[in-house]
Amino acid sequence: MLKISQLRANVAGRNILKGVDLEVHAGEVHAIMGPNGSGKSTLVQVLAGREDYEITGGSVVFDGADLLAMPAEQRARHGLFLGFQYPVEIPGVNNAYLLKAALNAKRKAAGLPEVDAYEFLSLIKAKMKFMGMDESFLSRGVNEGFSGGEKKRNEILQMLVLEPKLALLDETDSGLDIDALKVVAKGVNSLRAADRSIVLVTHYQRLLDYVEPDRVHVFADGRILKSGDKSLALELEARGYDWLREGRVA
Amino acid sequence: MSSKAPDVEDLLTRKYQHGFVTDIESDSLPPGLDEGVVTAISHRKREPQFLLDWRLKAFRHWLTMREPTWATVHHPPIDYQAISYYSAPRTSADAPKSIEEVDPKLLATYEKLGIPLHERARLAGVAVDAVFDSVSVATTFKEKLAKAGVIFCSFSDAVRDHPELVERYLGTVVPPADNFFAALNSAVFSDGSFVYVPAGVRCPMELSTYFRINAAKTGQFERTLIVAAEGASVSYLEGCTAPMRDENQLHAAVVELVALDDAKIKYSTVQNWYPGDEHGVGGIYNFVTKRGECRGRNAKISWTQVETGSAITWKYPSCVLKGDGSVGEFYSVAVANNYQQADTGTKMIHIGRDTKSTIVSKGISAGHAVNTYRGLVKVLPNASGARNFTQCDSLLMGSQCAAHTFPTVEVRNPDATVEHEASTSRIGEDQLFYCLQRGVSAEDAVNMIVSGFCKAVFKELPMEFAVEAQNLLSVSLEGAVG
Ligand SMILES: Nc1ncnc2c1ncn2[C@@H]1O[C@H](COP(=O)(O)OP(=O)(O)OP(=O)(O)O)[C@@H](O)[C@H]1O
Ligand SMILES: [Mg+2]
Repeated sequence: MLKISQLRANVAGRNILKGVDLEVHAGEVHAIMGPNGSGKSTLVQVLAGREDYEITGGSVVFDGADLLAMPAEQRARHGLFLGFQYPVEIPGVNNAYLLKAALNAKRKAAGLPEVDAYEFLSLIKAKMKFMGMDESFLSRGVNEGFSGGEKKRNEILQMLVLEPKLALLDETDSGLDIDALKVVAKGVNSLRAADRSIVLVTHYQRLLDYVEPDRVHVFADGRILKSGDKSLALELEARGYDWLREGRVA
Repeated sequence: MSSKAPDVEDLLTRKYQHGFVTDIESDSLPPGLDEGVVTAISHRKREPQFLLDWRLKAFRHWLTMREPTWATVHHPPIDYQAISYYSAPRTSADAPKSIEEVDPKLLATYEKLGIPLHERARLAGVAVDAVFDSVSVATTFKEKLAKAGVIFCSFSDAVRDHPELVERYLGTVVPPADNFFAALNSAVFSDGSFVYVPAGVRCPMELSTYFRINAAKTGQFERTLIVAAEGASVSYLEGCTAPMRDENQLHAAVVELVALDDAKIKYSTVQNWYPGDEHGVGGIYNFVTKRGECRGRNAKISWTQVETGSAITWKYPSCVLKGDGSVGEFYSVAVANNYQQADTGTKMIHIGRDTKSTIVSKGISAGHAVNTYRGLVKVLPNASGARNFTQCDSLLMGSQCAAHTFPTVEVRNPDATVEHEASTSRIGEDQLFYCLQRGVSAEDAVNMIVSGFCKAVFKELPMEFAVEAQNLLSVSLEGAVG
């Protein structure tokens, strides 16, 4: 599904990604953990096609295609979804309107007929119910005045409507109360399928209690330092990151 | 030539120096402006004496005035003697003979705006006799209005058919000496619209210049007068979202609104004159004076404008709130792209007690454009209980453009409440990326973000105008981002 080889990128002239290698197969859930500022968000944003991040080397194959050659909107239509760490507010732009436009852009690219307002409404209402979201969020501006947790729920709602092949969720679990965490986990789990992959960027084991990962990676200083199974996350929770970095020096 | 303003003395003595005897029957006057020209215009239109006198008085005053320089706009000096001040409604001379002769780029824009096929020809200035549609529509429209007692006609027709109304109201809101461009307009105005809604009548439909017979060529010095008598109400739509063909560079229109007791006037504008090309060459200079007077108690005047066109826009639709309890509103979206310069805003003059005004201004700048909001809220000593709310937001696209706001507040009554909110934001790379990441194209994303920004104004527009305005905005900002 996703194969990243020796990916390097600069942000504002500074080298942040320093040779990332990662392979995620269809049907797998991977967790990426690592210290603040190590470049996790940079990685997922580079994958999503953020233009002001300069790629200086490496390659990425996504679902058989050269990911880095595609503009951001095409990556999305091709089935890549990024749940943002800090979802942006777009005042005055109707939340449902953006999502409908997104869904139809994707359907159009796939040669499918666009959904009309009626079909869309019944679809999104069902998903909102599943996510325990009030219908008033439909008519509000995109993330406009949403609380931190509401923004994260809204990201998952969008993901459920768009049904991506590859979902990159950047700290979608941060700032959630216990109930919201369970709802978000339920949303993520509902998307798990043999033909889909999910990459969770997280700082906490507690999300992984609900969404069990196939692989866990430690990301530090712009690259993946260590990979393992779910037990690695528990170890990190107990010991932090220092032992790994020391290990590298030694 | 004439890079310095002509000397007043010189102009006054230059009267008739060109020595031409104006041929009243000819199609247009040669370039130049003097009392002879003003007189010729008035004669050509067979106007009553009072109007000729009024024009001449305005002209003499204009000679003593100087072009204003306070606006944040720059242009080469305008040679007022190089302009021809009268040309009869054109029929076909150099207009395209059929739609096939129209610039394909213009047609593509119409397509994008969703203008019906049969309208495109008319808008592109195809000779009128080649356009067959609107006559019958306009006729049924007129019949319906006549039944309600509403007068809606060209200004010239009003001068001929209702001279007493014209004489009573003309220049009572914007006096000829008001400003340089208003004085010029008063002297040489060619035509425009006239609306009179009698007491107690609610105009049965939205009035649009679009449907006015003979609207084909209103010219560069347009004059509009709208009067709503006691308890009357009317909604008027000016302009058109489609770019109109026009050879005149200088436009100086005057619009006057009069609302008597309990009357309501809603005036909506979409202005989309040629803005010049992407290098700033060409384009219309639009110097407009628009003012409404709430002359009676509880009267209400509401201006809504979407300004996307013109190389230079100089325009401050204002409300004089004389009647106690009267209400003034100004909702504006001004877009400036490439090298456009927009200096626009409003004046709310609170004279009566318990008068209320609302100002919502949204300025969007892209390319190398300069967008200025200039507003005045003035509360006079007798206006106890006056209230104003102003919200003034600017959106910048790219890094070469500029936005300025000059809000002036003068309160001379301690009892008044004046609130002001302002913001400037850049169209976020973050917002754009968010939309792209959801699969939405850059063009659609920009449209969405900009429309969201303008929402508070668009919702004031009459329904179908709002949809057109939204399309227009996206065409105007094409290529501004991404
Ligand atoms: N626009 C920018 N300009 C300058 N530096 C930047 C910019 N964006 C990111 N950085 C820097 O890049 C580094 C990596 O940031 P990134 O957001 O990828 O970290 P992260 O691993 O996601 O951290 P966290 O766990 O705190 O979310 C940081 O040092 C950050 O300050
Ligand atoms: Mg991060």
